[in-house]
Amino acid sequence: MSSVAIVGAAETTELGVIPNMSQLQLHADAALNALADAGLTAADIDGVATAGESPTAIAHYLGITPEWVDGTQVGGCSFMIHVRHAVAAIQQGLCKTVLITHGESGRSRIGAGNFRGGGGSATLAGQFESPYGVVGPPTMFTLPVLRYMKDYGMTHEQLAMVAVVQREWASKNPRASFRELITVEDVLKSRMIAYPFHLLECCLVTDGGGALILVSGERAADFPRKPVYVIGTGESVETPMVSQMEDLTSSRAFRVAGQRAMTSAGISHDDVHHMMIYDAFAHLPIYGLEDLGFCQRGEAASFIWEGNTRPGGKLPLNTNGGGLSYMHSGMYGMYALQESVRQLRGVAPAQVPGAEISLCLGVGGMFGASGCVVMSNIGP
Amino acid sequence: MTKESRPLPRPTPETQHFWDGTKAGELRLQRCSECDHVYFPPRPFCPSCSSRSVRVFKASGRGRLLSYVINQRPHPAWDAPYAIAIVELDEGPRMMSNIVGCAQTPEALQLDMPLTVAFEKVSDDIALPLFTPAGGAR
Repeated sequence: MSSVAIVGAAETTELGVIPNMSQLQLHADAALNALADAGLTAADIDGVATAGESPTAIAHYLGITPEWVDGTQVGGCSFMIHVRHAVAAIQQGLCKTVLITHGESGRSRIGAGNFRGGGGSATLAGQFESPYGVVGPPTMFTLPVLRYMKDYGMTHEQLAMVAVVQREWASKNPRASFRELITVEDVLKSRMIAYPFHLLECCLVTDGGGALILVSGERAADFPRKPVYVIGTGESVETPMVSQMEDLTSSRAFRVAGQRAMTSAGISHDDVHHMMIYDAFAHLPIYGLEDLGFCQRGEAASFIWEGNTRPGGKLPLNTNGGGLSYMHSGMYGMYALQESVRQLRGVAPAQVPGAEISLCLGVGGMFGASGCVVMSNIGP
Repeated sequence: MTKESRPLPRPTPETQHFWDGTKAGELRLQRCSECDHVYFPPRPFCPSCSSRSVRVFKASGRGRLLSYVINQRPHPAWDAPYAIAIVELDEGPRMMSNIVGCAQTPEALQLDMPLTVAFEKVSDDIALPLFTPAGGAR
């Protein structure tokens, strides 16, 4: 099967608070930046994938006549899954040049829908979760963690350390929302949001967008930027209700998507130089490291505590500062992918020297879905 | 506990038996006639073996506190802080609920503590299955 490469990648010109752009325009701003990055115009695009808006709205707004579209929308990892589907579509000849867009007015709420956890009152989540006082992701995504803490002895300090380490990465990134270094004590003194989660263990809520352009590996050398090859992918879903997870200490969707991505890439854990794990809340990197086998069960918190994921550590993780410190518009997966691409192009603000393989793990919903993409800057 | 009304469930044909049960003071689960799998939330087939041959039965109403958060964020129907819990029933299935008759603190809410169902009538049509510490309030 022929290879597929990312030849265009960009975020919106601004990140953070962008009150002068609608959600649709955030998609377009990122798309135009990615087109410029690849030296293309909308007329060159024949495949469109997006979440948050419909592919119809994006194609029409940008002036694209696609022959392939994908509107897979399973939350913040939708973009990892779009990458996977785009690879298959290009390999099958369904289209040649795919544009994947994300834009979200998460903070300013300009032209954005309202987040409604659980959906309508007749859905299963509406009947069996909403009546118990859930108030969005901070009260749902966080629910499994006390179980993890009791089963594996993870401490509050260890959970806080995830935020401390990511702030260290963010401090090196001029585009990060929060750059001041913090301590474990700072995290534990920050406002309680939903015990055991403090404010600094919860993601930001910001505005922004990002876009990717993918073509076949044979064409990749024709573009101005160093190609980033997609060498392995995986996807899965588990449940729309966090209370129905099979195991509160592990994500089945992470395990399925991650294993498939690593197997299809033909890599082992030691091959990964750089890693992104979608961190809507501080426990996600811990679950991700264990579910993908980078740490044994119950050992990821110690792994992070000991500095392995810090700048200079053996497994640099969430090097843009992550959803906890860089930005989080709502569906953060696109920004994790962007950071993997920057690292493999060698242009990241906190560059990992010599990074050749990056693994990017996304989550959707509250452990509801996952997409995983393994990328390399070494051609096939 | 409640200020305004909480968001109320709207039963569907597949879940009506469950809500009829809570109204009648019963926690009703379903068991597969083919493979004996007990499951929740309700559906007219077995999620383990896909059989449509399933029956409704009255559960014991006993379980244990599997995990929770104590929410501090404002909610129109609650005075924070209040706990949102996942309860594992003795029959196996898990469900989200609230723990009542008990302080909403980490000290009072010990993981794995035994719980008993307590139904709270929240409208003419709906009673919610909440849980209290087994053996009464502490």
